[in-house]
Parts: sequence; C-alpha cells; structure tokens
Amino acid sequence: MTNSIAEIEEADVIVITGTNTTENHPIIAQRIKRAVERGDARLVVADPRRIDLVEQANYWLRQKPGTDVAWLNGIMHWIIKNNLHDKEYIDERCEGFEELAREVERYTPELVESITGIPAPDLIAVAELIGKSDKTTFLYAMGITQHVTGTDAVKSVANLAMLTGNVGRRGTGVNPLRGQNNVQGACDMGALPSSLPGYASVADDSARRKIAAVWGVDSLPSKPGLTVTEMMPAILDGEIRALYVMGENPALSDANITHIEEALDKVDFLVVQDIFLTETAERADVVLPGASWAEKDGTFTNTERRAQRVRAAVQPLGSCYPDWRIIQRLFQLMGFSADYASPEQIFNEIRRVVPSYAGISYSRLEKGGIQWPCPDIDHPGTEFLHAEGFKRGKGLMTAIPYKPAAELTDDKYPMILTTGRIQYHYHTGTMTRRCPSLETLAPEAVLEINPSDAERLGVSDGDMVKVSSRRGKISLRARVSGTVEKGVVFTTFHFSEAPVNRLTNDALDPVAKIPELKVCAVRVEKG
Amino acid sequence: MTTIIETKKKVKLEIDGKTLFAPEGSTILEAARAAGVRIPTLCYHEALSPIGSCRVCVVEVEGVDRPATACNTQALDDMRVVTRSERLFNLRREVIRMILAHHPLNCSSCPKNGDCELQDIAYEYDLAPNDFGSYSIKTEEYPWKEFSTPILDYHPRRCVLCGRCVKVCKEIRGLGAITMAGPGALASIQPALADPESPSRCVSCGECMRVCPVNAIEERMGGGKGKPWETEKTSTTCAYCGVGCSLELNVVNGKVVGVTTDDAAGVNKGRLCSKGRFGYAFIHSGERLNKPLMRNEKGELEETTWTKALTKVAREFRRTLAEHGPDSIAGLSSARCTNEENYLFQRFIRQAIGSNNVDHCARL
Repeated sequence: MTNSIAEIEEADVIVITGTNTTENHPIIAQRIKRAVERGDARLVVADPRRIDLVEQANYWLRQKPGTDVAWLNGIMHWIIKNNLHDKEYIDERCEGFEELAREVERYTPELVESITGIPAPDLIAVAELIGKSDKTTFLYAMGITQHVTGTDAVKSVANLAMLTGNVGRRGTGVNPLRGQNNVQGACDMGALPSSLPGYASVADDSARRKIAAVWGVDSLPSKPGLTVTEMMPAILDGEIRALYVMGENPALSDANITHIEEALDKVDFLVVQDIFLTETAERADVVLPGASWAEKDGTFTNTERRAQRVRAAVQPLGSCYPDWRIIQRLFQLMGFSADYASPEQIFNEIRRVVPSYAGISYSRLEKGGIQWPCPDIDHPGTEFLHAEGFKRGKGLMTAIPYKPAAELTDDKYPMILTTGRIQYHYHTGTMTRRCPSLETLAPEAVLEINPSDAERLGVSDGDMVKVSSRRGKISLRARVSGTVEKGVVFTTFHFSEAPVNRLTNDALDPVAKIPELKVCAVRVEKG
Repeated sequence: MTTIIETKKKVKLEIDGKTLFAPEGSTILEAARAAGVRIPTLCYHEALSPIGSCRVCVVEVEGVDRPATACNTQALDDMRVVTRSERLFNLRREVIRMILAHHPLNCSSCPKNGDCELQDIAYEYDLAPNDFGSYSIKTEEYPWKEFSTPILDYHPRRCVLCGRCVKVCKEIRGLGAITMAGPGALASIQPALADPESPSRCVSCGECMRVCPVNAIEERMGGGKGKPWETEKTSTTCAYCGVGCSLELNVVNGKVVGVTTDDAAGVNKGRLCSKGRFGYAFIHSGERLNKPLMRNEKGELEETTWTKALTKVAREFRRTLAEHGPDSIAGLSSARCTNEENYLFQRFIRQAIGSNNVDHCARL
C-alpha cells in the first residue's frame, strides 16, 4: 500500500475493486464500513460479484470479469473530457499524460457499457464523484491482478490515481491489500527471481556487489531466475531438476494443478519443508518438518509496510525446527558458514542489506510495528509513500488499451468461473481446516450460481454439480445465490475435495507472470 | 506565521473537590478518568459508546436529586460531582447485589475466575454469597438454545445483561447479529433474525466474547482453558492475512488454548476476525509433521533422522549442481514464513546454489 490502513477512514471517496474485503481483510472492511456509516466517505465498489460491501456502497459497478482496463479507461475518459483531472499535479509530478489522454479518448461510456456491462450513467456518476472529490483512496486485491491483463489493470488504477492527484497525500493512494501475512516481507527480502533484497534488480552490478560483500562472496548470479509459474513448465522441459519448497502448497494453490502435479512428479528431486503433509509434500523425496508460527521468533511485514514482531509462545512440536534453523543447517552442509544465533542476528544483517529496513530494530519493535522506509534509527517510519515525489522522478502514466481475457466462453464451456476466498478459511486450508471451530463454520466447498442459471440447469440449492473446464473436472455443492451474475459462477480454493485449480487457466500475464485465476470458461451440470 | 491552536472548547467542573477541565462534550466518566479519578463501571467499555444499563457508575451531581450515571451524563460548566459517598457506596452495592443474585457463584470452577470484572467489583464492594439470600429472581433453568454461531455458547444464567455484546456487534462489526430480548431480569441475548428464514448475519468474529465482562459467551470447542494465573500471554502478529493484527497467544502447560487481544495494540486495536481469534487449533493438531520423512526403496515416505534427511538434501543438490549447473535448481520461499526465513532462503538459493531461481506465492 502506498498509504496506511488507518488513513482509509480519512478519504472522501473509497474505491474498492477486485477485493472482497469483508471476506479477505475483515478488519479493513470494518474501517470502510465505519467511515461510510459515519457519513465521512462515499463508497464505490467495482466487482462482478454482489459482495458484502455492495450493501454499503453509494455506487456499484458490476463489470464482467476481466474487463477492468475498459471501465478504468472509461472513468478517465469522462474525467479528462470534463476537465476534472488535476492539471497542476499532472504538470508538476507526472509524465505520459498526452498519450494516456489519446488512448482513453475512444472509451466513451457507451463503448465501455458494451464491453463491461456497466450502465453508462453509473460510470459517469462515479467519474464525476472521483473527479470532484479531494481525496480518493483506491483499494484492490487479486481481483485486479489475477488476469492475463493484471499488470495493465494495476497500471490503470495508478493512471487514475495520478490523473486525479491521489498519490502522495494522506487519505489517498494506490493500495493493494496483500493476501498473505508476510507476502510484503517475502518480496522485500528478495524472495523474487529478478529482485535482490530491497528490490534492486539482479542485473544491477553495483547492488549485487554490495550484497556479495555482506555475504562474503566474490559474485552473485546476474541472470534473472524463473517465477513460480515458469518453474513448473521448466521442470517438464527438463531444465529444472531439483526443487526446494518451503511453506507452500502449489499442488493445490496454483492454476491448472493437473499440470503442476505432473511437474512435481517429474522433477528428479523434490524437498518440501512444511508443518503438515500437504498435497505438495506427499510428492516429495524428502519432507522436513518446520515449526509453526506459534513456535518461532521473527518479523512479518504487513500490507501497509509495517514490520512487526512474531514471538514464540510454545516450544516447537516433536523434533521440528524453525525454518531458519533448517536453512542454516543446509547452508552449512553445502559448505558455507552461516552462523546466526537468533532471528535477531539475521534481522540485523537484513538492516545492512535492505536500506528501507536499516532503522528498524528488534528493540524498537518492542514498542510496536514500524513502517518502511525507515532509513535510520531515529526515523519514525513512513505512513505514506511518494510525499516528496516519485522514486523514478516523474510518475509515469501509461496508455493502456483494453484486451479481453485469455479464455472466452463458447458453446461447450458457456459460463465464466471466478475464484477467491471466504473469511473462515485461508488459502489451501492446511491450517484453518484443522481448526474445528472454523471447519464447523465452512466444512465444504460450494459453487455460487445465479438463480436463473440454476433454473436453466435444473439445479436446486444444495444439489451436487459437476463443473468442468478445458483442463479438468470437479464436483461440489451448489448454492443458488444472487451474489453472482447470470453466466458467472464462483467458488473458493480452500478445499482439496473440490480443488478448483483443476479447472483454472494457467495463462499468464506477460509481465507479472501471474496466472488468470479469476476467469476461465466452464460448463456446469447437475449430478 | 500564525500558529493554529486546538480550539476545542473546554468545560470547567469540580469532581470530588478537585477542579478540572474537560473537552466540551465529554461525559463525567471521561472527565474523571482523564483526571485520574476512578469511578467503578461494569457495562461501560472504552471502545463502545455508553450503554448505561448497569448503574454501577452512579455519581452525585450538585443540584440534581437523583444520582446520575457518569458514563452517559455530559460534563457541564460549573458542575460539581461527588464520586465517593456512603450513599453512593450503598447504591452501587445494591446494584451489584441485584446482578449477583442471579449470577452463579461457582467462581472456583469458572475459567474467568481471577479475570472477571463482576468478581472484581463484588470484591471491591464487599459482597459475599450470603449477602443475597433474600433475592430469588431468575432461578429457573434456561433451555439450551443455539447462539448466533455454532462455535460459541451463550450461558444466560451467567449473563449480567450489560449489553456490551449487542453494542460491539452493531458498532464495531456493523452487523447487529444479536439482540437482547425477553422481560427485565429474564431477558437474554439472542440471535437477531429479521426473518426466521434468513441466515444469521453473524460472522463468528467473537467480538461479543471479547467484550463480555463475565463468562457468558465462550468458545464451544475450546475447553480446558486454564486459570488466568496459570496462563502465559505472548504478544505476536496474526499468521493469516496481510492486515497483520496484533494478538496474544494464551498458553497453559505448553499448549495454546486461546487468543486474546490488547485493546490498545496494533492496527486492529483489539479486534480480530474468526481466523485470528479461533484459528489456532492447528498448532497442536495430531496431523502435524514432527519427524523428517524420506522416500524409501518401495517409494513410500518413511520417518528418518534430521542428519539423514539433510545429508540427502545436500547431496542431491550438490549432484544436481555438478551435473546440470546452478539454474537446474529452484526454490519456492513462503509468504507465510518470517522475513528472517525468507531472507535466509533467498540467500541460500543465490549463494549456495548460485541461481536466481527463487520465488514465492505472491502471485497466488
């Protein structure tokens, strides 16, 4: 997030798109609700599903899945056409406005309606609202990114935020709500194939040299590595021969898991480090038992860039070890010295390598979390980014044409399947499905289907249905519900009994390499 | 340059003979607390708007005949308030006596023993079981009824009808999934169903349980929670979504038995969702891996020692490196693990393997 969670309540307009906040970030959803109920903020929800926050929304734009760039361009079209953009901000802080303005010129409300299904008057009303308000905050999540055009859609949100002067001030911002407890931290730490810790490119010679000096090595590899979504095909191509998986369950979480299973079965050597024998661990040659979160010390960095302490409450179970100890031992067995006595010592090394963490220390974290960038020990941390200007100099606006989803419906697969989470379970359910309370609340997968589709297919609420795509087939119970529009069905990826990723499409966004988990063509049948 | 000063008007009042200033609009309770004067409360909760149901916070206001409840009476200019007097002591004692009269006094077998707001206040007002023999309201047994969620149990006999749970559900969660229904002292907390056919609005966040001053709402699948004095609390950060809520793991005899929060801490200020509050049982699941496993000749995973398992991993990595080079090995780190572990993992792949083939689940 460019801004902080608490600032959401300071916005005049809250735009949420591709985030079912109530289910995925319940504590943030409470803040949104409160701000709207107090009358301090107007809420715009852009989502194909009738999510819970639609009830509070002043406007609900129900776009067809995969058409985000089109409606965002449409909003910008109206704002520019009616001179509602922030010209001073754009002149001073941005570049690329002319190209953007030329591109969005053709996205008239009528054209946008024909692509997205959003009625033109609604689009215009929202454009006017954003254009005329002082502070708008944009919140989004995987509903924006998990598409072949995910990068385009994120850039479009950024375009709209810059166009209206909504970056670099309190109560505004481009705010991705990160789904996992430490996905922000894992990225900050350089668990990415093209970035070193602190986001310097692996191709950056001086950044590599600096880190190599701290690690006491002569050189580090400069060729970008493969993303998770590229590793699996690389295994099938024989390029990757050994895979080390720590705390992940790609055999359930990745798109098109039939393909993933093939890869995990094919790889010469698979080592999985986890707390349960997951669907992925079942295929391993060696399984290493890690300690759970309650059994180890360290830090997580949340969605607003806030580093916070994690503290061991109990001893590791059986002969489990915290993951850092296991990696350290492997380091040593591979002939390297890696002598850390505690996570704090590792953290102190991180502070030397990642400049934005330099001022964060375990002793400071005793008093509460600190938001990066925090360059020195006296720095209070940073509530919102880009206050003084953008890191690259001028904020880059990019002209982005709308492109349709990779997989379109046809006679054989006439419906669109979109996927997500519910608040009672988490991802592949390895933890939550072993908590009796949560399992009681949501014991099985359900497929949300619109009443008119259900009637056409002869399906009643609670019936078992078969859902198939070009990649696979699953069975689950139907829930007839107006939450989804006609022609669209929804389910979650928590349940191994009905693994929806058998169906999803592993087509990738060309830049971010994120799979199109939010749109695939399916057929639903009773039985 | 003109300096902008906070211009919110203040009122001047006297509490227990002490002159103090409070921002306009404050209640007597807020003004007193800000000045360090303690007025006892039961239904009042700092995170909620005043409820005014229990009357424990009564004070005397000069010129007003009847005692006023401090939690919902505005502090006004020139007001003179008395918070301690024999009359107030007796009034409060009577109020607490009424509440205790229908609250089971089996404190020694209650998990809240030692951490109970009712117990504390009864102690303060010197009430013991033989002080309420003359009352007999609410003596009948209540039939068991499903609460708004199957994961919580509601005990009407323990309930002091303070109304905090109803308030928190409405004000903090914005749900209004529960309501108080029934006559007077026989009222109870019940699921609020606009239409008996419609599903409960309850999302099982457990906020009602958090604010309950006694033990009227408790986790059904908890059990064996331990007494407060044998419970160790460790402050940590929730392991589920990216919000990063602060919570306390409650540990008894080396086992996590529950989750509590500190109202002042972190981004959540005491609030949690269902996963944060109830998603801890996996820690002690019998299905946890507790020994390394290695595939044997028959192709089955079999328990082994750490030395054997790690030696095998290092040997396979070294062999693969020698035969196919560093880019033939890849690692998946984890958005579930700590910064320290992610840092070390990528360092392992980049340094010990010599490849940038490292990623994690950010895209999923």
